[in-house]
Amino acid sequence: MNYSELLEIPPFSLDKREKERILTEKLKQLTQKHIESCAAYRNMMRAVGYDGDKIKNYYDLPFIPVSLFKEMELCSVDKSEVFKTMTSSGTTGQAVSRIFLDRTTAGNQQKTLVKIVTDFTGAARMPMLIIDNPSVIKNRAMFSARGAGILGFSIFGADKTYALDDDMNIDLEAVEAFLEKHKGKKILLFGFTFMIWQHFYKKLLQLDRKIDLSNGILIHGGGWKKLVSEAVSQEEFKQRLTDVCGLWDIHDYYGMVEQTGCVYMQCECGRLHASIFSDVITRRAKDFSVCENGEAGIIEVVSMLPESYPGHCLLTEDEGVILGEDDCPCGRKGKYFKVNGRLKNAEIRGCSDTYAAKFQ
Amino acid sequence: MTNLEKYINAFAEGLDIKPEQTAGLEYQAIPEWDSVGHMNLIASIEDTFDIMMDTDDIIDLSSFEKGKEILKKYDIEI
Repeated sequence: MNYSELLEIPPFSLDKREKERILTEKLKQLTQKHIESCAAYRNMMRAVGYDGDKIKNYYDLPFIPVSLFKEMELCSVDKSEVFKTMTSSGTTGQAVSRIFLDRTTAGNQQKTLVKIVTDFTGAARMPMLIIDNPSVIKNRAMFSARGAGILGFSIFGADKTYALDDDMNIDLEAVEAFLEKHKGKKILLFGFTFMIWQHFYKKLLQLDRKIDLSNGILIHGGGWKKLVSEAVSQEEFKQRLTDVCGLWDIHDYYGMVEQTGCVYMQCECGRLHASIFSDVITRRAKDFSVCENGEAGIIEVVSMLPESYPGHCLLTEDEGVILGEDDCPCGRKGKYFKVNGRLKNAEIRGCSDTYAAKFQ
Repeated sequence: MTNLEKYINAFAEGLDIKPEQTAGLEYQAIPEWDSVGHMNLIASIEDTFDIMMDTDDIIDLSSFEKGKEILKKYDIEI
């Protein structure tokens, strides 16, 4: 099955057995492709004694640490075919990942994002309020994860308006004009968790005037680290936003620049969901064996998207728990899980967390 | 103004290029038509013809010519 055929399948419609079959086949192909076209990756696979014939399930494929993209240039296409280089968000002085995209991979990323997100938002595009400042996407040559996130989600919006100015102050005039113009319509809000908390929620709290976002659907991501340190739980984050502006339809997402497109969206039941395009596996730190459902472990992410760089099987630096598979009350098939946070001693990453590091 | 003229202007304004540069243009062929430029281009075309395009069409609009084809779906003949 090629990727265009896969895109025709509803993103949360396959059960464990079907999904395993497709993922195993496709991920083995990708491993072979990257062995053939990326010398550094080939050496790694040789070092671990990779033998494709022995792989019966994608759980058995070798994974590489996500931090490797900071240390090495891992690319599986000729440099002339790279048309976009994406970088991870990093705090000042941190090395950043560099992800090399060719046209095929970049196109598939955007198409995949559309399939996954519209399962939650519906197919119609909505007026969009971005809880960030417009300068984030100004440097076009070198794309940060934050800019890529905003731009990627922009496809779901129309009449895009930025809620913050360049100094990260709320632009109340712009926000109120936007809401007046689109009164009664469903609107899309997008932003990174900490920015929403610090520059939107806290400012709205201080205002005398109330703004009404009860028609809104908020998608946010980028990490919880700073809010955890302020003892703000996910439930409280949602509740406080509801209290201050009526916003109640709120979806967190988990994703990373190394596997852009394959986001894990939070459903109505508060769980993150893996689509048919990718999967999560949790592993024990002592021997990398696979955790039971309900047991916390290091998150491995696999994705069928990366064709131009060997990022299809990655061990993250996050800890999470698989809560179940195929039986979430929201009706979506596939695994559902939660992310506990960063592993101890791992460096800070995530669009929200790296930004929040300035507020220590 | 004909639809073709409107379409050319929408392209030129959306991508911040000259109208003469638009014919035969393809996505990523010039620095101005990158992913940021693309979203500006879509906004410009939507404003010009007062339409709201589907997400699939936004992705598929990969060249000046392809855009004409897509606009037919919205009953706009270029």
